[in-house]
Amino acid sequence: MRNPLSQKITGIEPSGIRKFFDIVSEMPDAISLGVGEPDFDTPWNVREEGIYALEKGRTFYTSNAGLKELREEICNYLARKMDLHYDPMKEVLVTVGGSEAIDVALRCMCDPGDEVLIPQPSYVSYLPCAIMADAKPVIIELKEENEFKLTKEELLASITDKTKVLVMPFPNNPTGAIMTKEELEELVPVIIEKDIFVISDEIYSALTYKGEHCSIGSLPGMKERTIVINGFSKAFAMTGWRLGYACGPKEIISQMTKLHQFAIMCAPTNSQFAAVEALRNCDMEVEKMVTAYDQRRRYLMHAFKEMGLDCFEPFGAFYVFPSIKKFGLSSDEFANRLLREQKLAVVPGTAFGDCGEGFLRISYAYSIDNLKQGLERIERFISTLK
Amino acid sequence: MREKILDILEKNGRIDLKEMAIMLGYSEAEVANEIADMEKEHIICGYNAVINWDKTSEEKVTALIEVKVTPQRGLGFDSIAERLYKYDEVTSVYLMSGGFDFTVIIEGKSMKSVAQFVAAKLAPLDSVLSTSTHFVLKKYKDYGTIIEDEAKDERMLITP
Repeated sequence: MRNPLSQKITGIEPSGIRKFFDIVSEMPDAISLGVGEPDFDTPWNVREEGIYALEKGRTFYTSNAGLKELREEICNYLARKMDLHYDPMKEVLVTVGGSEAIDVALRCMCDPGDEVLIPQPSYVSYLPCAIMADAKPVIIELKEENEFKLTKEELLASITDKTKVLVMPFPNNPTGAIMTKEELEELVPVIIEKDIFVISDEIYSALTYKGEHCSIGSLPGMKERTIVINGFSKAFAMTGWRLGYACGPKEIISQMTKLHQFAIMCAPTNSQFAAVEALRNCDMEVEKMVTAYDQRRRYLMHAFKEMGLDCFEPFGAFYVFPSIKKFGLSSDEFANRLLREQKLAVVPGTAFGDCGEGFLRISYAYSIDNLKQGLERIERFISTLK
Repeated sequence: MREKILDILEKNGRIDLKEMAIMLGYSEAEVANEIADMEKEHIICGYNAVINWDKTSEEKVTALIEVKVTPQRGLGFDSIAERLYKYDEVTSVYLMSGGFDFTVIIEGKSMKSVAQFVAAKLAPLDSVLSTSTHFVLKKYKDYGTIIEDEAKDERMLITP
């Protein structure tokens, strides 16, 4: 029998997260600071709206691009929060989570041989999605001394004649790094001069703890070459609803809608109705969650300092990315031993790219009490290393 | 700064001062001073525990009583309220808009003792026109806290 599998797919490395998840699953009594999703429940008014939509029998398909009402609210939200202005009829696509938007955007924009710049450490799916789109992923290794921001020099050094797309993963998972308006403005002339396109994954935009989030798509000259990806999972604590969106030039969005139509048809109808409520009536709820995350962030940073764990101060998402270089263990070894010896699960930095070596991702999507328990275990573990 | 402190205290009156200072990004002394001032100014009026008495051997009955009164000339409702809240059995007194004047919440050892209190103490007061007593059968949520045991974290241990 012939090999039933595609070499392109089998050649893709499995996610480092998956590998670690399998190890953690063998330890049922372990506690975790390893999740990438909010600990809050979806705000009740949003859940209630989802229930109501079911009661009313709203169980049909929506249009491929998503409910018109939702697309309009998305545009209102982006205009209100980050000065992004899109036409709900032509420049918005509602997707199954931000992840689908990443996949579809890369497929629509890349031809074989095109290079896609992927700053790392970053979310696990950019690289495999680039490969699935037949593009060539080119990794930009972000540096701790730059607080894991992308600099103009790093960008310039990675661009070739084949560069087509730059992925911008800020606020960043796993480092928590953000990029301010001024820092983004540094990159814009390079992007425009070299005529490359940007896929800006801003799923954590609402979770910014210093100043307001700035979308690169809102900067002069960028709207026509940027796909902005966002969604409901993080800001509104709606991970399981599987709902995200992409906004950008109508030529790209219409092709993305075509792909989405063939693969997905439309995002879950029920989730779309709930999301309309989220965008209309949840500013207060989101603000409460942001305040709680920010307090936990400060708490963690302080605790790390006290126990002598080096960490740059991140201002976005709900992750901190401490360095464990001084203990002479690799990220994998550190995380594995922490799990076996203290029964605490955290994610090794290498799950987000080779340059995550020497770091751990610690999530603060946990209550202060949970964080305390976790921190005690880290402290105990570190003391055995000294 | 005050609102931030109050938001935290309202949820957790027992929080460690140092911990709160770290969470808010202030010094411990700043937070302590601000709390002391707010206690003096009676912005913070007390610190109470939310207790599920049903899980103890202590019998407790809570009743909510709607009270209609005639306000007194020159004194309005305040002096009547004072006569109501001075009783130890009374845990809360609110002046209401709508069909009646006061909500009085009473805690007693039994339904009988509550009924007796209403009959013997509340109803006979000069300004009280009528009372209507409602007994609490079960508390689900009190002061923002859900009484039943908290839901377990059902998230997977590791997610991207």
